[in-house]
Amino acid sequence: MALDQSFVGRSYPPTDPYEVGREKIREFAEAVGDPNSAYTDPEAAKALGYADVIAPPTFVFTITYKAAGQVVQDPQLGLDYSRVVHGDQKFAYKRPVRAGDRLTVVSTIEAIKSLAGNDILDIRGEVHDEAGEHVVTAWTKLVARAAEEG
Amino acid sequence: MAANIAYDDIEVGTELPAQTFLVTRATLVQYAGASGDFNPIHWNEKFAVEVGLPDVIAHGMFTMAEAIRVVTDWVGDPGAVAEYGVRFTKPVVVPNDDKGATIEVSAKVAAKLDDNAVRVDLTAMSAGQKVLGMSRAVVRLA
Repeated sequence: MALDQSFVGRSYPPTDPYEVGREKIREFAEAVGDPNSAYTDPEAAKALGYADVIAPPTFVFTITYKAAGQVVQDPQLGLDYSRVVHGDQKFAYKRPVRAGDRLTVVSTIEAIKSLAGNDILDIRGEVHDEAGEHVVTAWTKLVARAAEEG
Repeated sequence: MAANIAYDDIEVGTELPAQTFLVTRATLVQYAGASGDFNPIHWNEKFAVEVGLPDVIAHGMFTMAEAIRVVTDWVGDPGAVAEYGVRFTKPVVVPNDDKGATIEVSAKVAAKLDDNAVRVDLTAMSAGQKVLGMSRAVVRLA
C-alpha cells in the first residue's frame, strides 16, 4: 500500500543528546579496520587542529539511523520495516564529529514515492551539537520492497 | 583541517591510490557490534536465504566506510571530507569461510571546485560487480 503523501515535510522531535565517547570512536574505527591516528590519539587529532579525537566520516550514521527509527516505526506512517533496504546514503559535513560532542538529531521526511509497488522514503537528519551549531546533515533513502502477491 | 595534498598539485583525472579491503563473517560481527546494526542478514545465513539473499551480505554502511578510506588515507585528515554520498547497487556477499570477500576501491578526481575542494568519484567492486553507484566525495585540500 502506498504511503500517505501528507507525511512529506513532517519533522520529528529532536532526539535526546548522544554523547560521543573516545572509546566508542576507537571501537568503530577498529571495526572498519581504519588505523588513522586522528580517530584514537588526541595528540594526533590536535596536530590536525581538532580539540579531541574525531570520528570516521560514516560514524554519525549510527546516531542518525537510530533517530530515523522515529520515522520508520511511526505507526501512523505504516512503513513495513521488515521489507526495508538501504538505497542511498549521503552526508554533508560542517565539521567532523569529535569526542565530547553531545549531538541531537531532527529527522524530517523529505519525500515519499511509490515506484513499481516499492515505497521509497527520503529522510533528512540534521545533527546539531550542544551549542546548537550544525555539525552534519545525513540523507537516507529507504526502499520498502513491494510485498509478493499472496 | 590539515590536508596533505595541495589543491594546485591536483588535476582532473588524478587517480588516488587504490585499495582492497577484506571482509569476513568475523568482520561483520565486529561491525554489527560497533555500529549497533544487528540485522540478521549480516550474520545469519539461514535468515538471509529466507529473505531471498544468496548468503550473508555485508552492511552497506560497512562498504561505505571502507570506500572513503581511499580518500581519507590520501588526504591524511579525515575531517577534510565535506560531502560523501553513495548508492547501494549490489550487496557484498560474504561466504562462511576463512577467505571472506574483498571490496576493491579505486578513485579519481572528477572536478576541481571552489575553495580548494575537489570532487572525487569512487568505484567499489566485489566479485566482479559494482557494489556502490554514484559514489562521490567532496574533499578540501591544502
